[in-house]
Amino acid sequence: MSLRCPNSVLALAMIAALCSCDREERQTRGKPLGETIPTVASPDTIFPGRATPPPLDPRAAQYEGNASAIAEGQRLYNWMNCAGCHFHGGGGMGVALMDDKWRYGGRIDQIAASILEGRPNGMPAWRGKLTEQQIWQLAAYVRTLSGQERKDAVSARADEVSNTPPQTQTKREPLRPADSDQQ
Amino acid sequence: MQRGGAYLSLCVTSCAGVQNAFGGQGAEDANFVRLFAVFMVVCTVMYLIVSAALVIAVWRRRQATRTIEDRKHHETSAATRPALIVWTVLIAVGLVGLTIASFFTDRSNAANGSKPRLSLTVTANQWWWDVEYNSPDASKIVRTANEIHLPVGVPAQVTLKSNDVIHSFWIPNLAGKQDLIPGRVTDAQLLPRKTGLFRGQCAEFCGVQHAQMALDVTVESKADFDRWYAAQLQPGRPPANPLQLAGYRYVTTRECSSCHNISGTPAGGHVAPDLTHFASRRSIAAGALPMNRGNLYGWVADPQSQKPGNHMPTVGLAANDLHAIVAYLEALK
Amino acid sequence: MTPAERAKQPPAKVPRDGPKLTGPKLEEKLAETWSNPPGFIGWLSSVDHKDIGRRYVITALIFLALAGALAIVMRLQLSKPDNDLIGAARYNEIFTMHGTTMMFLFAVPVMQGMQIYLTPLMIGTRSNAFPRLNAFSYWTYLAGGCLLWVAFVLNIAPDIGWFAYPPLSGPQFGVGKRADIWAQMVTFTEIAALAAAVSLTATILKQRAPGMSLARMPIFVWATLVTSLMVIFSMPSVALASSLLLSDRLVGTHFYNPAENGDALLWQHLFWFFGHPEVYIIFLPATGFVSEIVATFSRRTIVMYPIVVMSLVATGILAFGLWVHHMFATGLPRIGYSFYTAASMSVSIPTGLQIFCWIATLWEGRPRLQVPLLYVIGFIFTFVIGGLTGVIIAAVPLDLQLHDTYFIVAHFHYVLIGGAVFPLLGAITYWYPKATGRMMSETLGKVSFWMIFLGFQLAFFPMHIAGINGMPRRVYSYPAGMGLELPNLLSSIGSMVVAVAVLLFVINMVVSLRGGLKAAPNPWGAPSLEWATSCPPPKYNFPHIPVVDSRTPLWDAGEKMSVVHGLRVEERELLLTTVMHAKPDLREPSAEPSIWPFIATLATTVMFVSSIFSPWAVVIGAMPVIIALTAWFWPKSPAPEREPVIS
Repeated sequence: MSLRCPNSVLALAMIAALCSCDREERQTRGKPLGETIPTVASPDTIFPGRATPPPLDPRAAQYEGNASAIAEGQRLYNWMNCAGCHFHGGGGMGVALMDDKWRYGGRIDQIAASILEGRPNGMPAWRGKLTEQQIWQLAAYVRTLSGQERKDAVSARADEVSNTPPQTQTKREPLRPADSDQQ
Repeated sequence: MQRGGAYLSLCVTSCAGVQNAFGGQGAEDANFVRLFAVFMVVCTVMYLIVSAALVIAVWRRRQATRTIEDRKHHETSAATRPALIVWTVLIAVGLVGLTIASFFTDRSNAANGSKPRLSLTVTANQWWWDVEYNSPDASKIVRTANEIHLPVGVPAQVTLKSNDVIHSFWIPNLAGKQDLIPGRVTDAQLLPRKTGLFRGQCAEFCGVQHAQMALDVTVESKADFDRWYAAQLQPGRPPANPLQLAGYRYVTTRECSSCHNISGTPAGGHVAPDLTHFASRRSIAAGALPMNRGNLYGWVADPQSQKPGNHMPTVGLAANDLHAIVAYLEALK
Repeated sequence: MTPAERAKQPPAKVPRDGPKLTGPKLEEKLAETWSNPPGFIGWLSSVDHKDIGRRYVITALIFLALAGALAIVMRLQLSKPDNDLIGAARYNEIFTMHGTTMMFLFAVPVMQGMQIYLTPLMIGTRSNAFPRLNAFSYWTYLAGGCLLWVAFVLNIAPDIGWFAYPPLSGPQFGVGKRADIWAQMVTFTEIAALAAAVSLTATILKQRAPGMSLARMPIFVWATLVTSLMVIFSMPSVALASSLLLSDRLVGTHFYNPAENGDALLWQHLFWFFGHPEVYIIFLPATGFVSEIVATFSRRTIVMYPIVVMSLVATGILAFGLWVHHMFATGLPRIGYSFYTAASMSVSIPTGLQIFCWIATLWEGRPRLQVPLLYVIGFIFTFVIGGLTGVIIAAVPLDLQLHDTYFIVAHFHYVLIGGAVFPLLGAITYWYPKATGRMMSETLGKVSFWMIFLGFQLAFFPMHIAGINGMPRRVYSYPAGMGLELPNLLSSIGSMVVAVAVLLFVINMVVSLRGGLKAAPNPWGAPSLEWATSCPPPKYNFPHIPVVDSRTPLWDAGEKMSVVHGLRVEERELLLTTVMHAKPDLREPSAEPSIWPFIATLATTVMFVSSIFSPWAVVIGAMPVIIALTAWFWPKSPAPEREPVIS
C-alpha cells in the first residue's frame, strides 16, 4: 500500500497539469456582445503622488494564457500585416516586440490600448477597424513574442517560413519600461 | 444505362438533388454513374452467389456428411477442389474486368479534361472559397467567393490551392473531389453537360465549421455566362440613396474594410470573401444561409451565432448602422 | 531449501511431473507454484496471461460502451437536418473521441486480449513467452486510454479527427494541447500493442506443444501470428508520425510544414502505412475466430486448411501495399494510383478464398445453429457487403466521388462491425464457458444477435444512400432539402436498436456469470487444446503438457492424448519446442509475478504525459523509467543446474 500514495499524488499532479481549463477555453465572441468599453489601461509608468499603476483590466483574464486567443491573435497579426512594420517581433520600421523594452507598457491591457488608440511615430489606431475582441487577441499574441505568456498556451511555430525560434522555447523577457533607458 | 444504373443502385430518395453524385450533369460524374452501375452489377452477382451458397450450406438436407460423428472430419468431397478453382477464377476475372473498366473510365476523364478552355483558381480558406477566373489580360480577371459559374459544354480547369489546412473541392453533380493541400497545387477538371444549379461542399475535415463550407455552382449557357462575367468585371455599384450611402461609409471605413474587398471602393481587405457582387449570390457564408434580407440581417449582426468559430467577428453594431450596412450590401448585385 | 542448496541436490530429487507425481497431488503443487501473491499488490503483479487477457477484453468492452454512447449522441444530432442538439466544436470532439476510442482503445486491444488469453491454451503451454512484458502491455494500454478519456472529461478532448491530419493538427491550427494528448495516447497504445505482439509471436513460435507443427496449429493461432507480425511492422509508422507531430507542436520542427520543405502529405503516408494494415490487424483475428467456430459447429475440420492459412499470410503481406487508396484525392500521379487500385482489388482474393473454405466447411458438415454460429452467418452476410463496397471504392473514379462521404462510413462500419465485431461477439459467447465455467444464455443470445444484426443493417445501409446524395463525413449538421433526412433518420433509429442489443449482450455476460448453466470442460465438443482443460482453466493451464499429432487433437486422440512428463512443479517452467515441427527443445523458466511492469508503466506515463508540456520531460522522465526497467530485469532466477536434456 505504501506504493499507492506517491501514485495518487502523481496522478493528481498530472491531472492538474492537463486541466488548466483557461488555456483551452474557446470564446467565439467577446463578452459582452459588441464590447465598447473605453480602455482603462494607462501607457504611463510614472504617476503623480504615490499612485500605483491601475489594476489589470478585468477582460485580461479571458485572453491571457488562452491558447485560442493567442492563435487568433497570430492569425490577425498576419492578416493585418503587423509584420510590415514590426516584422515577426524583431522590429524594423516599428519597434521590436520580442525584447524587454515597452515604451507604452507591456501588460496585456496596455498593449491592447496601444493597438486600439495608436501611438506616436507611426502606430496606427485600430479602433473601429478591428473589434475589441480581435485587439485583445492580438495583444495576447504580442505578449508571447517576448515570452510573457505560459508556454503551454503558445504554439511553437506557424506554418510559414521560420522567422523566430520556436515560441515554446522563447525566454521570458522582463517588462522594462523603455523610458528609463533615456535617462 | 445511366438511369438504369441509378435505379439499380437503390437510390431511395430523389436522384435529382443539387449535391447528388448520381446527378450525372458533368462529364466526369456521368462516367461515375456508368462505372458505378457496372460495379454494382458485378458486386451484386457475387453477393448473391455467396449468400446463396451460405444459405444452402446451412439449411440443406444432408445425407452424407463428413463430420466427427461419422469419423470423417478430415475428409473433403472431390468436388471441393474444382469448385475452389472456379471460384478463384471467377473472382480474379471479375476483379480484372472491374480494374480494366476503372482504368478506361480514368482515361476517359483525363481525355475530357485535357483541353480546358476556361481556367479558374480556387483557394480554400477556413471556411470559405476564394474563386478567381484567370485571364492573361489582367483587366479581365474576375474575383468572387463561394460561387462558381460555368458555361455548359466548356471544359474548365480549376487550379486548387489552400491558405491554411487541407480542404477538398467537391461538386458531386459534376465531378469527383480533389484535395486542396497547403504547399501543393492540385487541379480538377470540370466539364458540365447540363445547365442547372448545383451545390458543392468541402469534403475534408478542416476545422470547426467544416460542415458549413459549401459552394454554389451555376451552369448556364455561354451567353448567360458571358453576361454574368461582364457584370462581375464591373466595380461595386455605388450607393443610390442616403441609407445605402451611410452603409457604404461604414463598410468602407470601419471593421468590414479591414478584411473584405469591394472593387471600386476603399474597402480593400483581401483575407475575407470578396463582396463586390455579394448580393448576386445565392447564399451567404459559403452556403450556410440562403441569400435573403432576413438572413443578411442575422449574419451581419452576429455571424458567430450562425457559424460559431468562423473568422468574421461579431462587431456589435448599432441598429441604424445595421440597417445601413444591409441596405448597401443588398445593392451590391 | 534455498536455490543454492537445491542446485547441489542430485537431479532426481527435484520434483517433476510424471507417472509418480500426477493427479490431485500434482495439481495442488502446480496451483501453488503458479498462483499470484495475495492482496492488491498481488493483483497488480499478476503476469498470468489469463488475467491479462481478461483485463484487456473487459477494459476494451468498457471503451466500446463509451465510444458507442458517443455514437448515439452523434446519431441524435444527425437525426434531423440543421439540428442544434450539439454545437460544432463539441461534435468535432465527439467524433474524434468515437473514432479514436474505437480504433485505438477497442478494436486492436480486444483482439490482442483474446489472443493473449487463448494462445497459450490453444498451443498447450502454461504461459506467454514474456509474461511481465504482457502485463506492462496491459497497464500501458490502460494508461493511454485513461489519458484520452480524462482529457475528455476535463473538456480538453482532441477535436481533429481520429486521423489527425496536419496542418489542422499542427502547431498553428491545432490550438492548445488537445492534439498533443491525442498524439501521446497513440504512443501509449502503440507501445502496448507492440509489446503484446512481440510476446505472442515468441510464444507461438517457441512454445507449442510437442507435435504441434506449424501445419497443425489452430487457424486462430495462425491468425494471431500473422497479426502480431503485422503489428510489429506497422505500428512503428504511426508512432513515428505522432512523434514527429508532437515534435512539430512542442519544439517547432518542420516535418509537416510545407513552407520549410516539410509536407502535409508525409503525415498521410506515415499514418496510412499503419492505418491500412491496422484494419487487417483488426480483421484477421476475427477470421481466426470464424474458423474456430465454423469448425466446431460444423463438426469437422476446416476444408482446405492450407488455403486458409495461405490466405491469412497473403492478406497480411498484401495489406502493406494498399495504403495510398486512402489518398486518392490528394493529387498524386495517376499512374501510381492505378497500382494501388489493382493491389486493393487483389487483396479481396485471399479473403474470398477464406469465405469459400468456411462455406464449404458448413456445406460438408452438419451445422448446429447455436449463437456463435449465428454470429458467423451474420458476419458473412454483412462483411461481404462491406468487402464489395471496398472493391467499389478501390476504383479511383468511383473513390473520387465517394471518398470522405457517408458511403465510406457505411463501408468501414460494414467491414469493422460485420467483419470484426460480429465474430468477436460470437467468440465471446463461444469461449465464455472456458473463461468463466458458465454458459451464456442461449435465448438471450439469440435475441441480441437478431437485434444487433437487423439493427446494424438499418443503421448503416442508409448511409450508402446519404453518401451518394452528397453528405460528406465529419459534419455536425446537414441542410434540409438534399434528400438526406430519411437516410439519417433511419440510421439514427437503427443505432438505437444496436445500442439496446449490445446492452442485452452485456447483461447476458454479467448475469450468466452467476446464473448461467455450469459448463463441462468441452461444452461445445470442440477439437482444440484449450478445451482439454477445465472451465475455467487452472492457473497452470494444463497439469501435463499434451502431445499433439493432428489438427484436431481432441477429436482424434481425445481421452487417449499423450502428455509430456518431466517439467518442474516447484518452479515455473515451460517447455520450448522447435519452430517448424515442435520437437521438444529446451526447458525454460517462466517469469514470476512482479510489480515492476506496473511501476514501469507509471514511470512511462509520467514521462510521456509531461513531455506534452516540455521536451525536458523526456530526459528527466527517463530516469524513473530506467530505474523501473533495471529493477524489472534484475536477475533473480537461480543458476541453471546441469541436467540431461529430455529426448
